[in-house]
Amino acid sequence: MASKEDPAPEPRRSDRSHWNWLLVVPVVVPLLTFLYNKDTPRLAGFPAFYWMQLAFIPLGVACTAIVYHMTKKRED
Amino acid sequence: MKDVKTTELVIFAVLFLLVSGMGFVAAKWRRPTTMDSLDEWGLGGRNFGSWVTWFLIGGDIYTAYTFVAVPALVFGAGAAGFYAVPYTIVVYPLVFLVLIRLWSVSHVHGFVTPADFVRARFGSPTLALAVAITGIVATMPYIALQLVGIEAVLKSMGVNGHWPILIAFAILAAYTYQSGLRAPALIAFVKDGLIYLVIIVAVLYIPHKLGGWGHIFDAGQAKFDGTKKDPTDGVLLNHNNQLNYAMLALGSAMALFLYPHSITGILASKNRNVIKRNMAALPAYSFVLGLIALLGLMAIAAKVVPITTDGKPDSNTVVPLLFDKMFPDWFTGVAFAAVGIGALVPAAIMSIAAANLFTRNIYKEFIKRDATPKQEATVSKLVSLVVKVGAVACILLLDPQFSIDLQLIGGVIILQTLPAVGLGLMTRWFHRGALIAGLVAGLAAGLYMLYEIPNPAKHKEHFGGSAYKLSELGFDTKMTVYVGILALLVNVAVAIVGTVICKVAKLADGIDATKTSDYTADEGDPKVHPMELSAH
Repeated sequence: MASKEDPAPEPRRSDRSHWNWLLVVPVVVPLLTFLYNKDTPRLAGFPAFYWMQLAFIPLGVACTAIVYHMTKKRED
Repeated sequence: MKDVKTTELVIFAVLFLLVSGMGFVAAKWRRPTTMDSLDEWGLGGRNFGSWVTWFLIGGDIYTAYTFVAVPALVFGAGAAGFYAVPYTIVVYPLVFLVLIRLWSVSHVHGFVTPADFVRARFGSPTLALAVAITGIVATMPYIALQLVGIEAVLKSMGVNGHWPILIAFAILAAYTYQSGLRAPALIAFVKDGLIYLVIIVAVLYIPHKLGGWGHIFDAGQAKFDGTKKDPTDGVLLNHNNQLNYAMLALGSAMALFLYPHSITGILASKNRNVIKRNMAALPAYSFVLGLIALLGLMAIAAKVVPITTDGKPDSNTVVPLLFDKMFPDWFTGVAFAAVGIGALVPAAIMSIAAANLFTRNIYKEFIKRDATPKQEATVSKLVSLVVKVGAVACILLLDPQFSIDLQLIGGVIILQTLPAVGLGLMTRWFHRGALIAGLVAGLAAGLYMLYEIPNPAKHKEHFGGSAYKLSELGFDTKMTVYVGILALLVNVAVAIVGTVICKVAKLADGIDATKTSDYTADEGDPKVHPMELSAH
């Protein structure tokens, strides 16, 4: 609900970047319960419900880290 | 009751006193020239780098209560309690672009609280006051709940009565008064180190003793299958609570960085890159939180029975009891100290944040407009003491259940500041009058719905949870949705319609004291002083 787009064009610097769209992935995927609300396949005894959600953590880290690195140069 | 466990208690007390000493020494950390301003006392000099910020924010939002209550929820309901994991995954990418704008505009204008921002952005002391009061009301029970975390640990060690909590909070109050935000920042290193140590040991050692992860999940399933009466529990979600699960995760994620204490951690960092780096690094805590949640299932497999107080089983004791049952005494002491110290860090930051709100948005705004930075710091220090006394009084004089109810309400009401603070950072479209109307409507709708929710399992008619039945709104379904989201929809709808009406009627709007370029400013850019620019 917190909209991500900058409403107005920035005169000096800007946070705008196509890479920002990558942030949508870790916001939406963990909320799609139908993806992971099942018991199988189990991984090391963990039902899919638990190991898949834990696996979304590295997914979120990767997306956020990529956006950070790709937008960092613009700040210099 | 059981006897007092000496080994555990000694280790707990030694570690507790050690970090208390650190709290007092912290005033000298990073050598401030003076503590006589909110920038120093309340924001640690606005100069924390990536590591300090990581420990500080991690120590701030993953609280002792979280460590006790989330597994207690999983112990009681299973999968539904695991929402803490998607919640803390979603939150960082969601606020990534918003928080850097908040940091920049606060850096330029010297804002200390979210209400300071609202005051300048919308030129409305009234809206700022509403945001400040909402923030204080949402934070107070949260501080009180940190005591519940310590109390759960003490009960498990066989220590009853309230005096240990009084001592713990007196020490906490004293070093927060002296060292300000530097105290929790320094202690957070120890707290998080201990938590990581305890949890890594727990998830390797306990499943090994219990016969493997597969067995733990099967034991959970067997227990939930035995409670046919309650349709909302289980190792997996069911058809009716999936939507609530996702909405609770999303609503909690949107609420987290509206809490004044989370914003304090953000504003204390030294530049935008520190925040961006932390948004990528903070999910390490989410992983730990996920494992902590699973302690609830381990407690089921280990056949832990919660301690009963006044005839009611206290499910918050399941994790301490699990540690006590599984670990040797000395390590249980370490684990209990981790939870106890885990309460100190957020309690300190929350009391600082609440005190800053009072000082900046009530005292300076309405009582003493020409307050000097030194007077501001003095007032904040005193108010931080008052806030802690209030939190202790909440726990001692009222039923702790009351604080738990209030915290549930707190999450719903803090979410109602999203249009003014969160959307306000992205757009200046809303009218100040419409935002006030939206906030009031959202608060009223949220409180009404929470009041209407019963909890038959706990024999409560009101404030029994945050899952609102959609059938109450006329939908033909058994699905439930998180109250916070529904209240926010009311809030946003009123704010949008109100803004259109105000604009059509050409009602006077406040003056925006911020410029577009303020929102992308970084370390080293010129600052604007003072805030009086925004006076109307």
